[in-house]
Amino acid sequence: MQEMALTQITKISFHRWLVPAGIIILILLAIFIPRQVDKQNIWNLFFLICLHISLGQSWNILAGFAGQTSLGHAAFFGIGALVTRTLWFQGTPFALAFISGGVAAVIFAMLIGAPTFRLRGAYFAIGTLGVAEVLRITASQNLPLISTMSGPTIATYNLQARYYLALGLALATTGAAYTLLRSPRSLGILAVREDEEAAQATGVHVLRHKLLALSLSSFFAGLAGGVFAFQQISYYPSAPFSPLWTFDALLITFIGGLGTLAGPVIGAIFFVVVREQLAVNLVEFHQVIFGILFILIVLVFPGGLVEAWERLKKISIRKEKRNVNISK
Amino acid sequence: MSIESFLQTLVFGLFVGGIYGIAAMGLALVFGVMKMLNIAHGELVMLGGYASFWAFSVLGMDPFVSLAIVIPALFIVGLVLDRTVYRHIVRLLGEEKIKNSLLVSFGLTLVLQNLAQWLFTADERAIQVAYAGEGLNLMGVTMPYTRLGSLLIALLVTLGLNYFLHHTYPGKAILATAEDFEAAELAGINIHRVYMMTFALGAALASIAGTFVTVTYGLSPSIGVIWTLKALIVIVLAGTGSILGAFPAGILLGVVEAISGAFIGATYREVIGLVIFLLVLILRPQGLFVGRN
Repeated sequence: MQEMALTQITKISFHRWLVPAGIIILILLAIFIPRQVDKQNIWNLFFLICLHISLGQSWNILAGFAGQTSLGHAAFFGIGALVTRTLWFQGTPFALAFISGGVAAVIFAMLIGAPTFRLRGAYFAIGTLGVAEVLRITASQNLPLISTMSGPTIATYNLQARYYLALGLALATTGAAYTLLRSPRSLGILAVREDEEAAQATGVHVLRHKLLALSLSSFFAGLAGGVFAFQQISYYPSAPFSPLWTFDALLITFIGGLGTLAGPVIGAIFFVVVREQLAVNLVEFHQVIFGILFILIVLVFPGGLVEAWERLKKISIRKEKRNVNISK
Repeated sequence: MSIESFLQTLVFGLFVGGIYGIAAMGLALVFGVMKMLNIAHGELVMLGGYASFWAFSVLGMDPFVSLAIVIPALFIVGLVLDRTVYRHIVRLLGEEKIKNSLLVSFGLTLVLQNLAQWLFTADERAIQVAYAGEGLNLMGVTMPYTRLGSLLIALLVTLGLNYFLHHTYPGKAILATAEDFEAAELAGINIHRVYMMTFALGAALASIAGTFVTVTYGLSPSIGVIWTLKALIVIVLAGTGSILGAFPAGILLGVVEAISGAFIGATYREVIGLVIFLLVLILRPQGLFVGRN
């Protein structure tokens, strides 16, 4: 810890402008690259990356920051998609339908969170997994087989608008995660993750902090579902409830780095790009590879790419120091 | 609803509950002894189902007889999974162990499900035995032999497991490890072997459930999650840590589901289990069947 603090001081003037500048460049690239290339598959690829950033980051807020492993993220995503699409198709202005999707996901999350959070983390995981599965089964049995946009909507369909909405959401989700980490609330949330009993003993209201993280997480997951419902011309209404959405969120966060801001962003880019390649060549078998990759990351390299980068940086700094010592 | 159809619903709930019980018992065993939650338990049920399906369609074996092959087969699968994956998790402690087991087994769910889809295709399979339509008829209540046989075997397995755990040395070693693994290790028990055997035993129990599922309902690679969920609900009902309590809790869930399903419609039957799950967590988090010891 001591060593890290020292290296941070020496590097701080460098980092102070490097990181914000890098982020601004990245955002500008995200805005202008698809516009310059202007190909359908590039728009689509960028859309998927942004959608998955929101998906991963929203899971990260709950699991990475507050330490509450949810295995039912698909439930929030699915509710967001269902509510947004239903309201939108019934003539509600899209913006209102979109927000309603997020709010509906929060309401649902509270129904599960309030009883299960009183107990240990495993119950919450089971509860969320259960809700997601029950919703999926109920949705596939009661909803119409397929949901298609109306003719006029298809005629004016514009993928670019969808992409910029997804980009906005990815920025908003990451921004919310950043704001949360910067706020005094983050101390309570991180304390709950590190040691629930110690947090309770020092006066942190554990349940309230868990619910705060859950409501943020489910809100953005619901909005991500709304974006998905906005983008898909026609789909099975039960598709957004598929447990694969949960798995994708987990995998993305773990590839990048659980509990870090940059993790889900890096993870989403890596995941979407690799998946598009694998899906072409291996079709169904690519899920097996992702499953094995996920298990390996959790067991062998739980820090993900962000930690790998930190380690690499440490090694290079150590080398630098050694060189300085030699030259003295 | 007439008395007869009510009794019929009740009896079918009992049969389904027997399968729930046996599916949950394997998971409860692993949870109680290894202190980790194996979300991929339903996938083991699914694999057991395929084992009995292939034994039936290739070797022409009666599904109840094929248990003699299916159980050892899944026992070996359990050994392999423990050696390759779960061995790394069981070393961890407390909350971290639970969390990692949830994550890893969730990943394993995906792997096994997609492997099964790749190997066996996504087609729905079922076993049609010659005596499928036949059964006992008691006071207007039909009891098909396949379901009666499943319940009977489930009951025998529960009693057998009870005897094994409480009256044999390997079983007592398992219970001792469940109670306090450090003390068990100090007493000379090889706890890693106990963990390995426990997991394999859990997989073997799952395979029995899988055989019954194949005989009663049908089989596809995606059934795993549903069975994991049923097993988890049953475990919460029984009280975490109660291994044999899973059987009565399973029966209870089966009966409650069947009766409420008859009143509010079968499409919402899955919701009932979850509502029960949440209610039990709120009102009686220690479970319904937890004894004094």
